[in-house]
Amino acid sequence: MGEIWTTYGFPGVIIVAQILAVTVPLLIAVAYMVYAERKVLAMMQLRQGPNLVGPWGLLQSFADALKMIGKEMIIPAGANRVVFIFAPVLTMVLALVAWAVIPFDLGWVIADINVGILYLFAISSLGVYGIIMAGWASNSKYAFLGSLRSAAQMVSYEVSIGLVIITVLLCVGSLNLTDIIVAQSGAGGFWGWFFVPLFPMFVIFFISALAETNRAPFDLPEGESELVGGFHTEYSGMTFGLFFLGEYANMILMSAMTTVLFLGGWLPPLEMAPFTWIPGPVWFVLKIAFCLFVFIWVRATLPRYRYDQLMRLGWKVFLPFSLIWVVLTAGVLVAFGWLPD
Amino acid sequence: MLLTGIAFYIFAAVLVAAAVMVISAKNPVHSVLYLIVCFFNAAGLFVLMGAEFVAMILVIVYVGAVAVLFLFVVMMLDINFQELRQGFLQYLPIGGLIGLVLAIELLLIVGTWVIAPETSAVAAAPSPAIDAVTNTEALGRIMYTQYVYAFQASGLILLVAMIGAIVLTLRSREGVRKQSITQQVQRKREEVLAVRKVPTRGGV
Repeated sequence: MGEIWTTYGFPGVIIVAQILAVTVPLLIAVAYMVYAERKVLAMMQLRQGPNLVGPWGLLQSFADALKMIGKEMIIPAGANRVVFIFAPVLTMVLALVAWAVIPFDLGWVIADINVGILYLFAISSLGVYGIIMAGWASNSKYAFLGSLRSAAQMVSYEVSIGLVIITVLLCVGSLNLTDIIVAQSGAGGFWGWFFVPLFPMFVIFFISALAETNRAPFDLPEGESELVGGFHTEYSGMTFGLFFLGEYANMILMSAMTTVLFLGGWLPPLEMAPFTWIPGPVWFVLKIAFCLFVFIWVRATLPRYRYDQLMRLGWKVFLPFSLIWVVLTAGVLVAFGWLPD
Repeated sequence: MLLTGIAFYIFAAVLVAAAVMVISAKNPVHSVLYLIVCFFNAAGLFVLMGAEFVAMILVIVYVGAVAVLFLFVVMMLDINFQELRQGFLQYLPIGGLIGLVLAIELLLIVGTWVIAPETSAVAAAPSPAIDAVTNTEALGRIMYTQYVYAFQASGLILLVAMIGAIVLTLRSREGVRKQSITQQVQRKREEVLAVRKVPTRGGV
């Protein structure tokens, strides 16, 4: 019995504790992300935003969550019950499991696997299932149209995300996320982070991330002016709540991916005294917060794309451009002998 | 090792059960969803074998792209379940035949391993120890050296298939208004804009 405890029980407890240490702050971060979005949007549009629940409205998200839990969960008569319930659960679970490989500092990672970036890519490419299943199981034309749009959109933009990831991998020579961040530390400052040498790919990645998370200006799957609520038209109560949480958790995940790939993860912007005093995880969170701010900023600034323009941008602009950059990067690395071993 | 064993039997059992459900589910969309469960558990088995790269590629390519397209098509079909049942006996012989051929091929492969274990060593490249190189690197070393022609050939086949699919489905329709961005951008101000002096109560 004692042996089983030392081989399986104790490590098991540690793993569960690690998982809780990541997911609980993440869920709180999601709640405050919703609050921050409403507040920032309000400031950009010269409004007040939520300001009644708690000081400065800080508890608004928790009030909303409680309201959502209390509401009735309606399942439409023609719906496929199992798939209908499973779809939001899947969306939420996928948004959480991806965090297993994200390194918050050197060695601060739940699973330090060799193919970390592929794992992230695989999980983010699964996100489309939650939406497509929701659309089909709802048995409603608006939900179905929304989910078809979303599926086509996410599959299209995954292609350019894949090519961007290949470019970064060419410069790193490893698929491990920790290695990717360490590879950016060589220059001793922010000019060594990959967003400097690979700036066009950084822009493409961020725009594709917007499309991948179905955010404005690419929020056609839930374009309320034409599709009521898009794929979640028929959802109510906590099933809708899970979609909502999943969407924001995905935004945070995509920001974390941007931070890892291009913004140097936990590295301070300058290897100098006042910057190195601040611990790595704080830098990591600050960079994620910056990316999230840009997400909101874009939403407040740009109008929604038309669907054919969205597809044109993905296939006729981003795909050829990122292909050329992959070839160019590979060429430069080989020509100057900068290939990592 | 105990946990690995338990994990293997869970993955294997779910894989086989889901595979049975793929062919026995009444609703085709459910079949595709069970197929996705199959892919997932196969990826889990690959991870258990230490082939993490193959596992991730399986999920990215098959689950993330191929199965999405399957689901896309199957969801849009207007299926009559009665008709689907009726054709069953008609298609049983050909389906059974294909299944039989695949089963015999599998038996041949496994049989060769059992009868003459040394034959498999002839075709396979020597694989380095798992802790010496990551398996991404090991795959890359083999694929771009020993199997480079097979690799290029399969790439070529995929390219031809892609071009074929585009050629077969591409049709240019006459009389459809399409946005031409160059045309829009090249419009001159004089062609589209006229400033008129409008007299009061006169109209244009």
